[in-house]
Amino acid sequence: MSFHRIILTVNGSTEQVDVPGNMTLLQMLREKLALTGTKNGCAAGECGACTVLMNGEPVNSCMVLAAECDGAEIVTVEGLAQDGQLDIVQQTIIDEGGVQCGFCTPGMLISARALLNRNPSPTEAEIREALVGNLCRCTGYARIISAVKAAAEATQ
Amino acid sequence: MTGKVFGQPIPRLEDQFLLTGTAKFIDDIEIPGMVHAAFLRSDYAHARIKKIDYSAALKRPGVIAVYTAEDFGDYWRPGPLQVPPPTAIKGSQFNARPLVPIAKDKVRFSGEPLAVVIAESRYIAEDAFDDIIVDLEPLPAVVDLEEAWENKPALVHDDLGTNMAALVKQERGNYEEARAKADVVISRKILVNRNAAAAMENRGFVVNWDEREQEMTVWATTQAPIPLRNTIAARLGLFENQVRVITPFIGGGFGPKIMTSQADDVLLPWIAMKLKRPIKWIEDRRENFLATTSERDQVHYAEIALTKDGVILGVKDVFYHNTGAYDPYGMTVPLNTQTHTISNYRVPSFYTEIRMVFTNQMVVTPVRGAGRPEGVFVMERLMDAAARELNMDPAEIRLKNLLEPNELPLRTGIIGQDFVEGVLDSGNYKANLQKLMEMVEYEKFRKEIQPALRAQGKHVGMGIVCFTEGTAVGPYEGARVTIGGNGKVSVATGISTQGQGHFTVFAQIVAEQLGVKAEDVNVVTGDTAHFHWGAGTFASRGAAVAGTAIYNAAVKVREKIFATASKWLEVPPEQIELGDGKVWVKGKPEQFITLGDLAFRANPTRGVIEPGVEPGLEATGYYGPPYGATGAGAVAMIVEIDPETMELKIKRFVIVHDCGTVINPLLLEGQVEGGVSMGIGNAFYEKMVYDENGQLLTASFMDYLMPQATDMPPKIEIGHLTTTSPLNPLGIKGVGEAGAIPTPSAFVQAVEDALFEYQLEIPESNLSPSKIFEYVQKASKKG
Ligand code: FES
Ligand code: FES
Repeated sequence: MSFHRIILTVNGSTEQVDVPGNMTLLQMLREKLALTGTKNGCAAGECGACTVLMNGEPVNSCMVLAAECDGAEIVTVEGLAQDGQLDIVQQTIIDEGGVQCGFCTPGMLISARALLNRNPSPTEAEIREALVGNLCRCTGYARIISAVKAAAEATQ
Repeated sequence: MTGKVFGQPIPRLEDQFLLTGTAKFIDDIEIPGMVHAAFLRSDYAHARIKKIDYSAALKRPGVIAVYTAEDFGDYWRPGPLQVPPPTAIKGSQFNARPLVPIAKDKVRFSGEPLAVVIAESRYIAEDAFDDIIVDLEPLPAVVDLEEAWENKPALVHDDLGTNMAALVKQERGNYEEARAKADVVISRKILVNRNAAAAMENRGFVVNWDEREQEMTVWATTQAPIPLRNTIAARLGLFENQVRVITPFIGGGFGPKIMTSQADDVLLPWIAMKLKRPIKWIEDRRENFLATTSERDQVHYAEIALTKDGVILGVKDVFYHNTGAYDPYGMTVPLNTQTHTISNYRVPSFYTEIRMVFTNQMVVTPVRGAGRPEGVFVMERLMDAAARELNMDPAEIRLKNLLEPNELPLRTGIIGQDFVEGVLDSGNYKANLQKLMEMVEYEKFRKEIQPALRAQGKHVGMGIVCFTEGTAVGPYEGARVTIGGNGKVSVATGISTQGQGHFTVFAQIVAEQLGVKAEDVNVVTGDTAHFHWGAGTFASRGAAVAGTAIYNAAVKVREKIFATASKWLEVPPEQIELGDGKVWVKGKPEQFITLGDLAFRANPTRGVIEPGVEPGLEATGYYGPPYGATGAGAVAMIVEIDPETMELKIKRFVIVHDCGTVINPLLLEGQVEGGVSMGIGNAFYEKMVYDENGQLLTASFMDYLMPQATDMPPKIEIGHLTTTSPLNPLGIKGVGEAGAIPTPSAFVQAVEDALFEYQLEIPESNLSPSKIFEYVQKASKKG
């Protein structure tokens, strides 16, 4: 098994990691960097639970090899709150009641953050479209969608 | 009974952990020296095991051990049954075939474990599968329910001599007499398709045997931590207090996580003791589809007898229920179907017969809805057929037959999953439907909106249905409530939590009684070291049964607070006020004691106490209902279908429901919406398909489609009515399954109405664009 030494930024801090060639970004985050907030719901790119920001874009981290991440900038759910201050989407999702079991939530939050970064005032259709890759079995999505809407409004 | 905290829409207390990635789920657990388990599973649904040779696998670097059924010796044994047979029902027949932990001699479903590999990593364990030589002799697979009942094409359990798992007949009144008097009798064959629970988190099990302490710690994604602990201890010959089961945060349950006595919880504790290494097993998504239980798959032959004015005289329903390869969960699902078929209608005579069959498919146990959607689907389909036959409006025929409040409580004459006769305890069923009709502007829709849209060539239709939800069944739950020296309150209960918001609603119940803030109540669920009596989270019973136990304990603590404070403040209890975390003398707020201080004083370390006084501001409470509390409601949905592509849009989804007292409206609506989304999935997107060889064709999210954010209607409109349940002091009924139960019934009716010109009659619960297309094609050919 080949090992790769990569240097990347995760939630603002620089990390140097030796990763086997078959290790995914998801596994590296969870197993090498102890960032277990990012979840594994399928390991096949079908559920979105593992979504992280890679160079500003939301990706399914189960579908990205860690070795590809040399030089990349990664943001996970652990990196959303700054100095103990929740990201606005984290706050609105509490207020709207958009969390139930919370397993899809880290991925949802990242997809929502990515959307708001590129489009600060999305329409409802755009919000739904942005969350289409994130499955949630508990909530029926309504309150997650309204939370993203509320977050957009709050930052206007 | 809304209070300062109780009944308020406060945001959830647990979210802070879930939102920041700090909540610990099972796969986040790491123990030094931990090894990983993987199960080699059968590709065949039905086969004789000729040989399994794993000697080569043991040579692979990183493989620690491999076991097959033989290696477990006497420890290998089936079961036990998790739910007992329905002996309370006279004349019932039940053939118990509890789950076996790992296949021996014969494989009975595709995905059944054949071997377990323990290795330094999951990768290595799965790679080692390639080294294992498995020789299976395939047998014909039993897939079709009616053929299975005829013992064709094979027997699932050879020693039984039949594929009959159970035969249960129940009757109230006399259906044949009712039928003889009827003006119209309508018979239909109705299918309810199979769905997965598909919680976003797969199952998982971590076990650590501490040889020096002689103690085992288990982390599991279980809905039933206490039964799980009890069976593990009994099997290993340990005391219950040598085994601690902890449920971490769980990523959704919806039923199947109630199962115990499966490969993971039977085999891994034994192996952990042998190897003296902690073991972790995390199910992958494919395993979750193949080898975690799922539900729905019934074939009904149903009949309704009515007068020509549309008054129901009787209903008859003979149905085949697929239990899969084993029946470890007894008859919970089909019994729920029996009790929910008559629903909230006046059905003087009702005959119902379960023919439960073994098949070569994964075991069936409850999934959100748990037999109820099937019963409601059958009844609502019959109502639709009757309305059509009698030329009545679908809402009108329902209003005519709904039970009136003064007819309740009503003994249904049908014994349910809790083995007592069902009782509709309270409710106002007509009011539910009437409120729904107002919300959806029923008359206006029928008379103005729909005709106008049809005139524009649009295919828009409405489905409108009623349902009941039997909830909050026994046997019991318990809880302990303690005020700490820090002035905060801790609550421990035996049920576990999978996202329902228990940490918040239980805190609300306690905060209201003890005059503290909800944030100051710390709730522990599902850790047997904290509370070790109880049954588990199922049948929408958490809030009503565990919640009532918590309430009972909190009331006792409240009494203790007043008794203790009376002694220290030297005034009678009536002159004491409780609130803001302290007690004080009425009118003299400066004479106060904080609850933390009072808790210390209630636990003296010297001196004497009065006889009968128990230490601490602590109490344990239990609650067991005589029978379940029945919630009810009605659903209307409006859909628009593009007749070219059969693309379907849900224009409106309105649900009115009554689940008694509401503890937290915010969380309640979330529960309803989640149920609705599962119902929509069940009706239009999701279907588990087994082929004729018993192979599951839908074992990934690519094939098993779940509703996405773009599939849900713009809004789920929720109307509340409250008739409190007389069964518990808070008046609560459960709600967890409400949304999932009626949705498929409303869905098919709406589709038929939208495509009215084809006169469709859809006899099955799961549609899809291509299915609708097929029905339309067939209808066009006929027409
Ligand atoms: S875990 Fe990556 S998409 Fe499901
Ligand atoms: S909250 Fe449970 S999957 Fe979304």
